[in-house]
Formats: sequence, C-alpha cells, structure tokens
Amino acid sequence: MASHGIRDRVAIVGMGCTKFGERWDKDVDDLIIDASMEAFSSAGVTKDDIDAYWLGTATSGSSGMALARPLQIQGKPVSRVENFCATGSEALRAAAYAVASGAYDITMAVGAEKIKDGGYQGIASPKPAGDGTARTLTAAAMYSMIVPAYAKKYGLDEDQLMDVLATIAAKNHSNGAKNPRAQFRNEVSKETILASPRLAGRLGVFDCAGVADGGAAAIVVRAEDAHRYTDKPLYIKAFAVATGTGSGLIDPEYDYTHFPECEQAGADAYSQAGVIEPRRELAMAEVHDCFTPTEMVLMEDLGFAERGTAWKEELAGTFDLHGELPVNPDGGLKSFGHPVGASGLRMFFECWLQLRNEAGPERQISTDRTLGLIHNLGGYPGEMVSLVSIVGTELS
Amino acid sequence: MGVEAAKLALQAVPAAAPDSLWFSTPAPAYFDKTNANAIHAALGLPQDALALDFGGALRSGIGALRTALAGTGSTLVVLADQRDGLPSGADEASGGDAAAALLVGDDGPGSPVVAELIGAASATDEFTDRWRTPGEKRSKVWEERFGETRYVPLGLDAWSRALKQAGVEVGDVGEIAITSMHSRAAKALAARILGKERRAADDLSGSVGNTGGAHNGLVLTSLLEHAQPDQVIALVNLADGADVLVFRTTPAITAWEPRRTVFEQIEARADLPYGKFLSWRGMLTPEPPRRPEPLRVQSPPAWRAKEWKFRFVGSRDRSSGALHLPPARVSMTGGAVDDMEPVSMADTKGTIVTFTVDRIAYSPSPPIVFAVVDFDGGGRFPVELTDVDADSVSVGGRVEMTFRRLYSADGIHDYFWKARPVRAASVAEQA
Repeated sequence: MASHGIRDRVAIVGMGCTKFGERWDKDVDDLIIDASMEAFSSAGVTKDDIDAYWLGTATSGSSGMALARPLQIQGKPVSRVENFCATGSEALRAAAYAVASGAYDITMAVGAEKIKDGGYQGIASPKPAGDGTARTLTAAAMYSMIVPAYAKKYGLDEDQLMDVLATIAAKNHSNGAKNPRAQFRNEVSKETILASPRLAGRLGVFDCAGVADGGAAAIVVRAEDAHRYTDKPLYIKAFAVATGTGSGLIDPEYDYTHFPECEQAGADAYSQAGVIEPRRELAMAEVHDCFTPTEMVLMEDLGFAERGTAWKEELAGTFDLHGELPVNPDGGLKSFGHPVGASGLRMFFECWLQLRNEAGPERQISTDRTLGLIHNLGGYPGEMVSLVSIVGTELS
Repeated sequence: MGVEAAKLALQAVPAAAPDSLWFSTPAPAYFDKTNANAIHAALGLPQDALALDFGGALRSGIGALRTALAGTGSTLVVLADQRDGLPSGADEASGGDAAAALLVGDDGPGSPVVAELIGAASATDEFTDRWRTPGEKRSKVWEERFGETRYVPLGLDAWSRALKQAGVEVGDVGEIAITSMHSRAAKALAARILGKERRAADDLSGSVGNTGGAHNGLVLTSLLEHAQPDQVIALVNLADGADVLVFRTTPAITAWEPRRTVFEQIEARADLPYGKFLSWRGMLTPEPPRRPEPLRVQSPPAWRAKEWKFRFVGSRDRSSGALHLPPARVSMTGGAVDDMEPVSMADTKGTIVTFTVDRIAYSPSPPIVFAVVDFDGGGRFPVELTDVDADSVSVGGRVEMTFRRLYSADGIHDYFWKARPVRAASVAEQA
C-alpha cells in the first residue's frame, strides 16, 4: 500500500477552540462562530480570504450548509465530513490535502458538536432499528471488556488494574484542572474515582470521557506561505487513517487487549513523519481516552510502551504532564470533554498551544522536542476507525 | 416459549416435516398479525407449510390439538400461555407460563406415532365462569361454586363417551390428568371419576403453576415423557365445556428421546425476584436509564434478514471456513465474494470469552448482561445473556442460544436470539 503523506507541505497558521462543557447558552451555530472567529483572528484573515471549508460534525448538522449558514459563507465550496470520533481530524485532513493538492491556497476546517441538548446519559443518537438484531450496548460496556481481558493476559488482578485506571483518570483530571477551556476543572483523587458508581463492567463514572458541547477550528496554507500569517506555524507531518472492517467482533482471534486499527494508523503516521522512536521523539501526544482502559491500551498500540507494560508506565508517571512523554496534557476527553466532531481539532489546538509555548506557565510542557501526535479512534473494540496525525514546529 | 417448545419437539424427531403449524395462546403478541408465522420462521418451515393462529380462548389449545388429531397430514400444534393476575390475587399466585408443542400425524419413516388417539369426546355449554376483555391483563371469575356445578356434569358426560369410544374402562386407564383454570372443578371431577382410592396424575400446578391455555399440552407432554408402551393415558380439560382425549402409547415410545423433559426443566428452575417479575409483566414501571429507547423494527429489513433474525443463520466462507454472524457476502478473510454457505447456529452451544454488565443501556430488563461467545466448532458472536444472574456469569461459562423478544416499539415486537447458561441436562449434553 502506498501512503506517501504530505509531510511539511502544509502548515496550520491559525486556530480557535471554545471552552468545552455544558454550553446551555450556546447553539451549535454559536460554537461554530466562536471557534471560527478565534481562528480567523489567530491567522489574521477573514472568512473571505478562505478558499474552501470543511465542517466535521457527527450528528449536529448535515451538509456544508451547516457551516455556510452560521458563518454566511457566500459562494464558496463548503463540505461536511463524518468519520465517528475522528470527524474533527478528518475535516482538517480534507482541508490540508486540498491545499497540498494545489487546488486551493488557504482552507479551513471546523469541528463542532452539540451533545448535551439531547438530555441523555453519555453520547446517544437514536438510529433506525433496521432488522432489530444490532446490539444496543453502550460504549462504556464495550470498552469495559478490556479490563478482564487485559488483566488476564498480563497476569494482573482486576483490582490492581482498576488502580491503574484510576491513576489515568486522576492524571487527566489534574491536567484539565489547569486548563481554562476544559469541561472539568477539578482534581479528583484516586479514592473518589475508585468509589464512583459502576456503570458498565467495572468502569465507573470517572472512567468515562466527559460528555460536552464544543467547537474548534484550524486554518491551513502551503508551508512556504506560512510565515505570511504567523511566526510559529505548525507543520503537518502526517495524516494516517485505518478503518476497520468490524470483523474483530466476530473473529475468535481478537482478544480485547489491543486495537489493530490504531496500531496500523500509528505505524503509517510514523512512516510518513519519519518517526522511529515515538516515545523519544514526540514532545507530547493527545490520544482518544474515551474510557480509561482505552488510554492504557493505546500507549501500547502507539508504541509508547511495550505490550503488557503500559499499566506500569502509567503508575510510574511516564505520561504525566511533566513525565517522559506527556499524554493528554490538556486533560484529554476525560476532563476536557468530548464533543465528537470537535475533539480531533481540540487535540490539534493543544499541540498548537504547547508546541508554540503558549499553554501558560501553569501547564506548559517542555518543548525540547518539537513533534506532537494526535490520535483519534471512533467505534468500539473490534470495529473502529482510527486517525493518527503528527505535527511539528520545525521543517525536516 | 412457543418457538422453544416447537424446536424441542422437532429436534427429537429429525425426520418430521410438518405441513401445518397451529398456534394457540390466550396471550397473543399480536392481533391481526398471525403469531404462528414467527414460529414458522424460527423453525425454518417451508413456504408451503401452513401457519395459523387457533383462537385465544382457554379452550382453543385443546381444541387445536383435538382438531389436528381428527385431521390428516402432519401438524405441529403449539400451545402457549402467560398468566397474568393482579398483585396478591389468586391468579397471580397460582398462574404459570408455559408452551408445549405436539407433533400430530400418521406413522412416517423416522417419525413413528408414540401415542395413538383411541377416544375423544367433548361437551359444550354456555355459561360465564372466567372472562377477560381484550386489553385487560386481569381475568375475572364468577364465584366458583357455580362453575363447579356446571363443569362436573359436563366432564362426566364427555368422560363416559370418550371411554366408550376408546373401548376401555376407567380401570384400564393408567394415567388420568385433569386440567382447568377452575381447579376446584378439576378436583371435584377427579374425585367423581377416580373415587377415593386413585389419584389423578400430577397436574404440575404445584411446580409450574397453572399455565391456562397451554396447561393441557404441558401435562400431556410430561405424561408421555414418563409413559410405558401400551399404556392408556387420558387428558381432561375443563374450559367452557369439557374435552377428553384418550391415548394409547405404542412400542415406539421407548425409542423417543425428548431433548429436554418437563421434569428436567422444572429441576433447572431459578428464582426470580418479585419486583423483576412485576416489571416484566408491566405491573410496575422501573425508572428507565436516561438513554434513548429503541425505535421500532423496520419491516423490510426484518423480512430481508429473516433467516438471520428468526433462525440465527450466519454464513460460512467456503474457502476460508470463516463464520460470519450476521451472514455476509464478502468474506472477512481471503477475499471471496458471494461464496458462502448458510449455517444455522441456533442449536450450537458456546463458551463465554469475556463479558460485561451494562447498567446504563436501555433494556426492558436492566441491567444488560452481555458476553462475547465463541461457538463450538468455530465462530464468535457478542450477544446479550438472559436467564442469568449477573454475579454468577464467568469466563468459560457454557451457553446456548434462545429465541427471545428483545423489546417492543410502536407495537412491533423485536424477536431475536440471546444466549443463556446451559442449565438443564439434556440428552445431547449427556451424550
């Protein structure tokens, strides 16, 4: 399979991101407008300067009109894309490829989602029942099956593993507490996390991502034009997508301790970006911690830890804010919140802040390294899409 | 229950090919739409096999059986009932749920007659003893002495004519079972027929409860499962009259091996918390999770997928052997397209690989206990468990598939398969 990538051909020159959370006062249009205006301002452009737009939203709108209407974009190409929880990054991928192809000079990706208005627990969008044979399990239940599988495979007892998962939740809450745009801004102790009501399997409330509303946006141009807009562009190093067939659900070989789609997307992204040792080369990683066991498994899928060792690394603080490789320094889905279509772009926004030393003194990570990784997955163990992106502040 | 009883009946007689399926229940899932069709689909009966509902009165079950016995061809008679009653009432306390299936027909290759009808008689009279209007959950009954004084003479009349037709005396009858929702009348009739010395056969009301329209089929099945060759068995049912069927077992009964006897099923009983029972019966509504309720099943996709939905038929890739549940056209391994054979997994047992308990998903019976199941001989399906205590599920546990109603929306019932722990010893498990 050829996957040439577009390393260093496109740069992000402006970004915006709303505060995530229960935005009762904002419509999805408001979230789109707020994120877009911040991005325009950040790049020093107006909507008329943009040649083409992509909107990523999973359920909060259909067609490009869901973006063209709130921003009143006149006579421009505007499209809507959707790819489960990779939707936001998918919008940016489309916008970046459009610039890399030479079709446009400057494009914009916007991701937005309005989830809290639904009034349901978790993320829920009623679907047609079809033949009535599809399972109706929640995502929490599907991901909870990792716990006994991982514990058994690597000889841990489940209580030990729950302690690891509480460590992950506490870390992400601690990171979110320092971040003014995060949904949850409170430190939570491991004791509180472990004592929270069980929702599915052994997973409790604090093992789940925050359900939130939010929007984020990015403006991209050709790399050689980037300095016209900013002194500190973020260069696109890689976009890699791996889409599963869903066969993991019915394949007796699948053991619920890893996500092959994420391994594949990660390997492709490293190849595109020329990354050999991700744990040593990356300054930070934003990963899709929809549930705490997901983050643990991803550390192995993305090559940050050897198989069967991520739990030890989490306990050792390897992925803490000032650890060897900070993971989810903005608080992650866990405490920043997860408005599906916006999440990917929110992760790029954290790279935009951190790698450009703009995260603020309370939570700025080291920028001795210049690369950041953005990982999305959408779906469930055995049936998911994954998108791994890499950005950096230096041209290779 | 009807599907399960029908499957058990046919599994014991693999050579049987019923040309009609008659279903009778006082608790139908649908009016207008024929309930027998779902059983027809689950059994995979051919298109030219007739499927009919046989009315919903308590007498219709034995009526269907008697009519089938009087007819020609091979008819699978399925009786089912689910008895409701208001909390603390006698019907709630004494009621039970059951389905029974009896295959009626002439001797055939591989499907010999195990019990032959040698006498039958009925008596009919118009009086109101027990009634329920459509939509009501609760039956109402007249004071019981009146019914008793109607039923006993009707029973005696039918009894004497049936024995005469059969050419036997009461002393020749090895087992006599009397079933009725009017238990006082049944007892009184038993005393009149049997005298003080003999007792009627166990009517299962102490273990299963009185299962109304299905009860005569259930008791007859249980008697046949214990019968010896050349034994006379009489069944009396009192409902808006009296119906008597007298059978003589044949030598073929010794070779008949029920897949799961009534006795085995009673032995495998499990307790059900009263609150859960009431919520299942719609007598109380538990707080639902704050999750969307499922939408109604769509008719065209359900029809397209009927082999999958009603018979749990997947597909096996002819080249790689990979099993696809639901059936697929393009293989998950290899690359074969449209080169699969259908495989029904409904009767294949499996082992739990991993499981979880979902306390927030919508379910008519929360929480959902859900497991990844690997089937014997290959193949995997993630599926909801039923008849299970969440605390007793374990990796490595053995399960079997069972046909269930998942939920109802807009009046359409969603039938599909769940897995349940293998509990009752069966012939197949022992073998």
